[in-house]
Amino acid sequence: MRSNGASTELAPARTPRHLLIAFGIMVVIGVVAPFLMYPLFAAKVLCFALFACAFNLLIGYTGLLSFGHAAFFGFAAYVTGHGAKVWGLPPELAILAGTAAAAVLGLAFGMLAIRRQGIYFAMITLALAQMLFFFCVQAPFTGGEDGIQGIPRGMMFGILNLENSLTLYFVVLGIFLAGFLLIYRTVHSPFGQVLKAIRENEARATSLGYNADQYKLIAFVLSATLSGLAGSTKAIVFQLASLTDVHWGMSGEVVLMTLLGGLGTTFGPVAGAAILISMQNYLAQLGGWVIVVQGVIFVVCVLTFRRGVIGELARLLKKPL
Amino acid sequence: MFELLGIPPQALFGQVMLGLINGAFYAMLSLGLAVIFGLLNIINFAHGALYMMGAFVAWFLLQYLGLGYWWALVISPLAVGLLGAALERLLLKRIYGLDHLYGLLLTFGLALIIQGLFQNEFGSSGQPYAVPPALQGGHNLGFMFLPTYRAWVVGVSLTVCLVTWFVIERTKLGSYLRAATENPALVQAFGINVPRLITITYGFGVGLAALAGILAAPIYQVNPLMGADLIIVVFAVVVIGGMGSILGSILTGFGLGVMEGLTKVFYPEASNTVVFIIMVIVLLIRPAGLFGRAS
Repeated sequence: MRSNGASTELAPARTPRHLLIAFGIMVVIGVVAPFLMYPLFAAKVLCFALFACAFNLLIGYTGLLSFGHAAFFGFAAYVTGHGAKVWGLPPELAILAGTAAAAVLGLAFGMLAIRRQGIYFAMITLALAQMLFFFCVQAPFTGGEDGIQGIPRGMMFGILNLENSLTLYFVVLGIFLAGFLLIYRTVHSPFGQVLKAIRENEARATSLGYNADQYKLIAFVLSATLSGLAGSTKAIVFQLASLTDVHWGMSGEVVLMTLLGGLGTTFGPVAGAAILISMQNYLAQLGGWVIVVQGVIFVVCVLTFRRGVIGELARLLKKPL
Repeated sequence: MFELLGIPPQALFGQVMLGLINGAFYAMLSLGLAVIFGLLNIINFAHGALYMMGAFVAWFLLQYLGLGYWWALVISPLAVGLLGAALERLLLKRIYGLDHLYGLLLTFGLALIIQGLFQNEFGSSGQPYAVPPALQGGHNLGFMFLPTYRAWVVGVSLTVCLVTWFVIERTKLGSYLRAATENPALVQAFGINVPRLITITYGFGVGLAALAGILAAPIYQVNPLMGADLIIVVFAVVVIGGMGSILGSILTGFGLGVMEGLTKVFYPEASNTVVFIIMVIVLLIRPAGLFGRAS
């Protein structure tokens, strides 16, 4: 899928100044947010922002639409929840276990899905994620309809008490920023340039000697792993891992966040996640209408707003964001 | 009575019959998806929601106008087909020049809207829809009891699928359709109204989904979410069969339904996932799909 043409020039040797400024603004908002709103809400936004950034790595820079990313997010949440609650792991090891599980799952799904291109790729990832959903419904350790509740937050590295919501928030902010910078570094590396080349013209990239399948698989596993990191962190924040996290509705939500913020933009997924989570929060009293509103946003975005919020902003400023 | 592998034949053939019925729905839905994809290059995510609408239109007709099953069988596919044609004219038409992934996203949004609206109105519980009197009862075949309605569903869908195959492969309209799938610009140059052909095709494809919905109504109840999970299984069916061949779609649909039915008998835990597992195996052995051509 082509994004806004803004991000296609060669990677400059140094990070452009406007990106540094935008990053600075994001960090400042991140630091003051827990004092202006409920910290757990801000932490939720960060978890989904990381999830959307990981998803964007695949659709925005590699051109692969995965419709099954809930599998990695939700399964990692289950593994983290099980690790922290049943095995008594400290939070950092529980998150690591969840992330590692998502990486293994990503490798398995990725190897199958990249065997077909384009629209089939989306259908295969969706079907594989649905298979995992049914597995999670039946497997004993997921707790079925109840999910895993009351996951202990514990002490991060033995010193940071995550029961304190401000401490928890800043740990989540640290995880988010680490993931965000890793994705930025990946996209603006020679590896990222090859991914973009595959997105623009796979046959030509292959003719230049790049093993397109291998690059796509690495990007897929990386995206799945970081989605898992987001899901694991979410499990610690909400102390809950449930079937909602592995359902196809969640896969749809992350697509919507990325689309709304701007496919293939650096900051778009973060903005998209913030907008969508806030909207869900304020429209919660509307109940079932939230789904309808999300559907309408999908339709409007695809028909008239394909650059997304940040993509449009970048076009106004004439600078890639 | 004799037994097969420790399974009473009543249970075995009963499940195979139920599998055939599911297979009939898979076949009708994947056929519609394939025809639409051929001409529009869009994977219609709203297909499950329109299948559900087909069942609901039948229920509305009975509830508010007193029109029974036989009327619904004609009116509901027409109504949903017209709605589909309107959606194509108003929305889908605007994105043909774009990457076909946008088509998936747009129709996913439409599916959310349709399902959300119905769910708000009717909740998640099902509305019962009675089997029409003429199709009640059944026959004892000796080795199993065959409910008339189930035989009817399999018969109707098989007929509809084969007629569709005949129209596309053996008639003049079908030849236009196949030509437009290969090269729309050239067919337009020959004076054929391709945009109208596209609208008709989309309307026909979703009408097929609506027909499957009415057939399903007396068996599975009329439920706002009846199409949501089904469409994902149908996607897996499409991946397994490949969208290249119409007879292939029909065969894959029925075959997978029967496999699912057999799994329910021998290993019920896997009955939800067996289609996906077959998809994985097919991807490993024959990535292009059973009837697909390598791209």
